[in-house]
Amino acid sequence: MSDPKRGGFRDWLLASVVVRLLRRVPAPKEEGRHVPLRPGEPPPTVERELPATAGSERLTLAALGLTVLGAAGFMVFYVAFPDTQLLGLCLGLAFVFAAVACIVAGKKLVPQEKVLEEYHEFGDPERQLEVAEMVRRGGDGISRRKMLLGAAGAAGGTVGVAATFPLASLGPRVDDILHETPWKSGRRVVDAEGKPLTADDVKEEEFRTGFPEGASQHELGSPIILVRLPLDEIEVPPDRKAKMPEGIIGFSKICTHAGCAISMYRYPTFSDTQPAPALVCPCHYSTFDVRRGGEVIFGPAGRSLPILPLRLNDARELVADGDFFGNVGPSWSGVRQEGGKT
Amino acid sequence: MNVEDPVRFVDERLGATSGLRKLMRYVFPDHWSFMLGEIALYAFIVLIGTGIFLAFYYSPSDAETVYRGSYAPLQGLGMTEAYRSTVHLSLDVPGGLLLRQTHHWAANIFIASILFHMVRILFTGAFRKPRELNYLVGVTMLMLAVLEGFAGYSLPDDLLSGMGLVIAYAVALSIPFVGPSLAVLIWDGEYPGGSDFWDRLFTLHILILPLVIATLIGLHLAMIMRQHHTQFPGKRRTEKQLEGTPMWPAYALRSTGLLFLVVGVLFLLGGLIQINPIWEWGPFEVYRSTNGAQPDWYLGWLIGGLREMPPLEIHFGSYTVVPNPFWGGAAFPLVAFGILYVFPLIDRRFFSRKGKSHNLLDRPRDNPRRSAFIVAFLSWVAIPFVAGAVDRVFFRLTIPYTAEVWFFRILSLVGPFIVYAIARRIFEDLRRRDPHPLRGWNGRIVRRTPTGGFETLGATDGRATTTVAEHPEETVAE
Repeated sequence: MSDPKRGGFRDWLLASVVVRLLRRVPAPKEEGRHVPLRPGEPPPTVERELPATAGSERLTLAALGLTVLGAAGFMVFYVAFPDTQLLGLCLGLAFVFAAVACIVAGKKLVPQEKVLEEYHEFGDPERQLEVAEMVRRGGDGISRRKMLLGAAGAAGGTVGVAATFPLASLGPRVDDILHETPWKSGRRVVDAEGKPLTADDVKEEEFRTGFPEGASQHELGSPIILVRLPLDEIEVPPDRKAKMPEGIIGFSKICTHAGCAISMYRYPTFSDTQPAPALVCPCHYSTFDVRRGGEVIFGPAGRSLPILPLRLNDARELVADGDFFGNVGPSWSGVRQEGGKT
Repeated sequence: MNVEDPVRFVDERLGATSGLRKLMRYVFPDHWSFMLGEIALYAFIVLIGTGIFLAFYYSPSDAETVYRGSYAPLQGLGMTEAYRSTVHLSLDVPGGLLLRQTHHWAANIFIASILFHMVRILFTGAFRKPRELNYLVGVTMLMLAVLEGFAGYSLPDDLLSGMGLVIAYAVALSIPFVGPSLAVLIWDGEYPGGSDFWDRLFTLHILILPLVIATLIGLHLAMIMRQHHTQFPGKRRTEKQLEGTPMWPAYALRSTGLLFLVVGVLFLLGGLIQINPIWEWGPFEVYRSTNGAQPDWYLGWLIGGLREMPPLEIHFGSYTVVPNPFWGGAAFPLVAFGILYVFPLIDRRFFSRKGKSHNLLDRPRDNPRRSAFIVAFLSWVAIPFVAGAVDRVFFRLTIPYTAEVWFFRILSLVGPFIVYAIARRIFEDLRRRDPHPLRGWNGRIVRRTPTGGFETLGATDGRATTTVAEHPEETVAE
């Protein structure tokens, strides 16, 4: 937290900016006066003063000199010691001094003029009629204009809709792609280095990330997040519970909302008052209830987190007992809600 | 100095003197708020310059490679060529980090200055006839700039860019009916996509979008030159003529000064203030994510929209027709930009006189209802923007995250209305406080007497009372 003094200064700064913004707009008091402009002539100058003084010339020269220094410094540092901060400082200051030179020159050196210019009035009704007539005459001698126009519109529309059909034909293939995961019954669960994970690697209050053995770790269907709960705390139907050996649950690690990796495990340190164990996605904080089979308890996700059925082999290694219950990855338009694939 | 010879040289070959004469006397009205668009233009120039340098080193490829550069913590780590080349250009190319950080800062400032420029245009009514078309071009540029920025910070394939891309992929998937096909088409397969995706993203970022934006900038400037700038009313500044500084010499020097100032400040930022140190985030993997990840500021409103949204979906039987990310990630920006696009129509229907051309600007207080509407609209976008960062509030102040989200959900619904009421009141008070530049003063000065009563000092008390008979229709009746 910032100390109150600093906060006060910030408030003051904010207030003064607001006040300035509201005040800066001029509210002149004199009546608007129209100065007639001569057509074809350059706009008349109504004010002209020559502000150049020895002081402003010196200031411009000094700024230009510092620009040269900054640019030279940049070259020297680039060759001798290319440090990002020094390079940025030299080049940045060179340009800032060039800016000072230009702005001082623009305001205090060259003639300051006020010039008038006339606004063009657009829109010539006669010409508009002419153009409209030209357009209309393009249809001379045709009797069924409306019908022809309608037919042309229908033809264009049909072609347009037809052109989108190749997109739709991607449909079934798309769904296949989205449904596929590398998991199948008998595939061992391994860690990122490819070492098989055993039941003892998964401890309560912690999570492990697992992958299908011998498959790509780069697809959304691949990573799972493994957690362990006491068996009696898990509230899912018995046939599902049978696929959670020793209370080890394998969820898809990809959030069903927007596809981020779920990397937070909210585990109560004092279970009497704190909320139940949940997996939380750090992108939009969708929160999935671990005890109730990954149900959404908070946040924007619309589907439960899919569960991978697991079993243990003789070496107590974790093995997939089939593909996920439900679709993995962010929901797509047309995804099946719960229970199995489309 | 011999000026005649170069002028003759150019004129005898291109016949350019009449055009030059016009250009050099082109008039710019003087007001600080007219500089905001120029800042955007100059930031764009910096983006092009630094971007060309970055493109020489960056490689848009998802080919697997192993890091062997100078940064020890990543040594021997598997990563894509895109990430490796970005780390390489940042840490092993002299000046590379300076240009990359300057590029990133320039992108942030480019979009910020477009936004502020647009807010200025909205508040002052500069979008009104005859400049509606130019306003639409400007809104389009803002939209493309946001897209361009997102494409840019997605390219390094670091952890943050991957998290951003997967959200974009989910939003694409969520578009009703066409979403899945569209997403698979764009990404060249299921996320993280085929190798063609990186070529597409790169081409979009360095060729297509910059080209479109540059073309629109040209169109934007050409339209301004055709119609001339708007101006605030004043002595000699009327609907029929504008007063200001000519291009040559004063304005050209000042504007060049602003260009150098923008370039200088961006290089100072790029050199001195770290931005997006991708070597610390590490390469992206679908199974990795990090807590406290925030996108660049101009996408904050969208992450907030996604986070705030309750789990609403449209289902048909057991099938999801509209998945949740559609609301915050697609519908929200579509509606926001939709409102911006039709704002000239809204203004003509509710806040201004119809069919009239305007060269003189309003001050925000001159049209309290329009200004209040704009403030309310901006608050509608700003509330999710704040909501997108409430996890930081949770970590700092330990206010429960769920409570915060519920607060912002409700605030998003009622906030803009409250803001409208308050803003309208403030603008109306401000308007009463001083003379309207065209309508003059219409208040009364009173003085409290010792006995507790009030006496009127007269209508003017020395304040200007003139009205401009020429343009009575300018005064918008309340």
